[in-house]
Amino acid sequence: MVTLNDYGEFETAWCPGCGDHQILEAVKQALVNQNLSPHEVLFVSGIGQAAKAPHYLRANVFNGLHGRALPAATGAKLANPGLKVIVESGDGCSYGEGGNHFLAALRRNIDVTMLVHDNQVYGLTKGQASPTSPDGFVTKAQPFGVFNRPFNPVAVAVGMRAGFVARGFSGMVDLLAELIEAGMKYKGLALIDILQPCVSFNKVNTFAWYKKRCQVLPDDYDPADWSKAMHEAYEWGDRIPVGVIYRDDNLIPLESRLPGLIDGPLVGRGVDLQALQEAMDGFA
Amino acid sequence: MGRTDLNVMIGGEAGQGLVTIGDLLVRCLARSGYEVVVTQDYQSRIRGGHNTYVIRTAVGKIEAARESVDLLVALNEETIGLHRDQMTGDGLILGDERFDSAAESQLKVPYPDLAEGRFFNVAALGVAAAVLGLDREVVARALEKAFGKKHPEALEQNLSAVSNAYAWFAGQTGVDLALAPAPERDSRLVMNGNEAIALGALAAGIKFCAFYPMTPSTSVALNLASRAGTLGLVVEQAEDEIAAVNMAIGAAYAGAPSLVPTSGGGFALMVEGVSLAAITETPVLIVVVQRPGPATGLPTRTEQADLEFVLHSGHGEFPRAVFAPGSVEECFHLTARAVDLAERFQGPVFLLSDQYLADSYRAVRPFDLESVPRVDPTAAMRGEIKTPYERYAVTDSGVSPRLLPGMSEHLVVLDSDEHTADGHLTEDLGVRVVQHEKRLKKSEGLLAEVVPPAYRGDDDPDLLLVCWGSTGGPAAEAAAAMTERGTRAACLHFSQVWPLVPDQFMARIHQARRVVSVEGNAGAQLTRLIRRETGYEIPERILRYDGLPLTPEFILRGLDG
Repeated sequence: MVTLNDYGEFETAWCPGCGDHQILEAVKQALVNQNLSPHEVLFVSGIGQAAKAPHYLRANVFNGLHGRALPAATGAKLANPGLKVIVESGDGCSYGEGGNHFLAALRRNIDVTMLVHDNQVYGLTKGQASPTSPDGFVTKAQPFGVFNRPFNPVAVAVGMRAGFVARGFSGMVDLLAELIEAGMKYKGLALIDILQPCVSFNKVNTFAWYKKRCQVLPDDYDPADWSKAMHEAYEWGDRIPVGVIYRDDNLIPLESRLPGLIDGPLVGRGVDLQALQEAMDGFA
Repeated sequence: MGRTDLNVMIGGEAGQGLVTIGDLLVRCLARSGYEVVVTQDYQSRIRGGHNTYVIRTAVGKIEAARESVDLLVALNEETIGLHRDQMTGDGLILGDERFDSAAESQLKVPYPDLAEGRFFNVAALGVAAAVLGLDREVVARALEKAFGKKHPEALEQNLSAVSNAYAWFAGQTGVDLALAPAPERDSRLVMNGNEAIALGALAAGIKFCAFYPMTPSTSVALNLASRAGTLGLVVEQAEDEIAAVNMAIGAAYAGAPSLVPTSGGGFALMVEGVSLAAITETPVLIVVVQRPGPATGLPTRTEQADLEFVLHSGHGEFPRAVFAPGSVEECFHLTARAVDLAERFQGPVFLLSDQYLADSYRAVRPFDLESVPRVDPTAAMRGEIKTPYERYAVTDSGVSPRLLPGMSEHLVVLDSDEHTADGHLTEDLGVRVVQHEKRLKKSEGLLAEVVPPAYRGDDDPDLLLVCWGSTGGPAAEAAAAMTERGTRAACLHFSQVWPLVPDQFMARIHQARRVVSVEGNAGAQLTRLIRRETGYEIPERILRYDGLPLTPEFILRGLDG
């Protein structure tokens, strides 16, 4: 049996009280609950405080460039579909710098679980607005407030009919662990947007602010109902729904559709000299 | 008797089927035992515009295009006006009897008598093949191979167009452009540079390719994509070039040897990935098929102006290797070598080609596929692994045993940040120095494996032409022409342009009495690089940057001027 000890305990670079700590706890819990050994799991991250998370547990890690976690994860998953691949980064990395990759990943539907630490602010660069910062949010870089409307990742993902779209809150660790586990078991791209406080740079969306608003979707909520999911995706006021917002179990993940992967993973595959010879003969 | 070296130009507008008949004529010539060098000049549009497909064909070895035209197959009237001045003294224009300027054509073809409208191009192929003295059966077999399966309904009409063309030409007199008999040859392949790159990559064990379409590199990916099922690889069209290179690095990390094909503008977007491959020590082959810049430049034309860009791409310091094939054969062999080198030295390796070579069909002997080095990323797993495993263990060569994630209990940790030996980010400046020096150490291994520049020609030359990449063939022919004129000449061709090993070539340069560099750019980029590395400045340059490939004639004019 895999235990939490297998994933280790490490000193972090995060502020005390940061939501990242609880997200890390939930991630480990989800891995242990699935009895996954560290070597079976690959974390791919970008740059930012959230993107450091994979360094604070034992697993395979590809800590790449800002915004580019999804493409790197896509390549790794296509090379070896046996890997359990988790993309973990912040809102700036995932929705700002990596925005085009996010849209493409929703369409591509590769079996990767995308965890986005969404604290609506840039932490590592010390407090500039992020794509999810609310209109009017004042920072040193936006001294007159943000003039842009916030990006709604959940609505975009549901709108594009991505197969698994969830919203979590770092203050609800058990629920978050469940969402991560469900996302990892889902065969296709799973987005889990995780609301979290930034104790240093976001004085608006605080722990208490979320705590008051985040409400678990009721038991009779049907995530297969796309219209209802769109409605819930836009709920962002006194009530912010958390849980699996939308789910479609009829999609086929990309790696199951590619002819090059029918005979197994790319890794370890040699060159079929006869097929190669035939390819060359085609030029005669 | 018969001609031993002819230049055939097919001209017309996009949509007239000139590439179709050009490709077919090339195959007929190659199967008849002749050598070919193709130059394709087209515009960045789907229909219209003036395009040419030029086939130089010869009985003996040729390595370059030629400017003067012996047979002009004019599919439209504009072609004659544009290329009349390129005709050799005894050249022949093959026109349409319905052209207003029909008098200019020595052969006025009555196309409506030979075929239905949509088969006029194949009728033109038939007449051209007849003029060159090719066996009609060879043409028929080429048509069967091209259309037999895909368009059986059109095959009959194509065959009849050719047959009528041959019959019509038999009644013409005074035409003397038949080729001399070709020597008996084993069967050869007809392949262009991009196709050879794709085949070389497959032979070396490439399993993953990500790309964003960009002329003139796209056909590398298309060639790979068409074989994804039969050869077990994945080709993914990415949302942009940034994604493409990051996907390739991710795939390589997980054990699939990877390449990305692109051109200058696309490569500009990939540059952060070059740096990522370097610090994470992940093998990746980046194929840059050059076209003229800056920016969108001339999308379908050729240039050699991205050497300095590729050489300096990526922030920070790290080793790299840059290959520049000069022929279709070199496209195959150097691609395979580059894949192998990337795998063994764990970092970015480049192959610099260009539009001219990408689209230039040649007849080549089949490659010995078994002798190509095949990469095996799982090899390190079978070696001895120290525990706990450290992805960036410091070694004498700078190369650390590379394990793959998920393939053993060992954890494989990579970081784009400076990192400890076990791959975790660090700001320990002592560790930084150790890891930086470890990566740079790989330069020594790369230096030991540099492909020396090829020297051809007179051993004690009055004239030495220095060139790289696709300019090699034209420069070699120009040197041979100078020798024939009485100037002892030679050619020094770099098929690897980085790193440079001065001991491999400086003696040759110092020995020649006149040294001239020949490059397809305005800045003499290799010339500058040689000066930087050796202190020696090649005194004369012949540079071309009008979007067209270097030709022996262009070089000879430069030497005379």
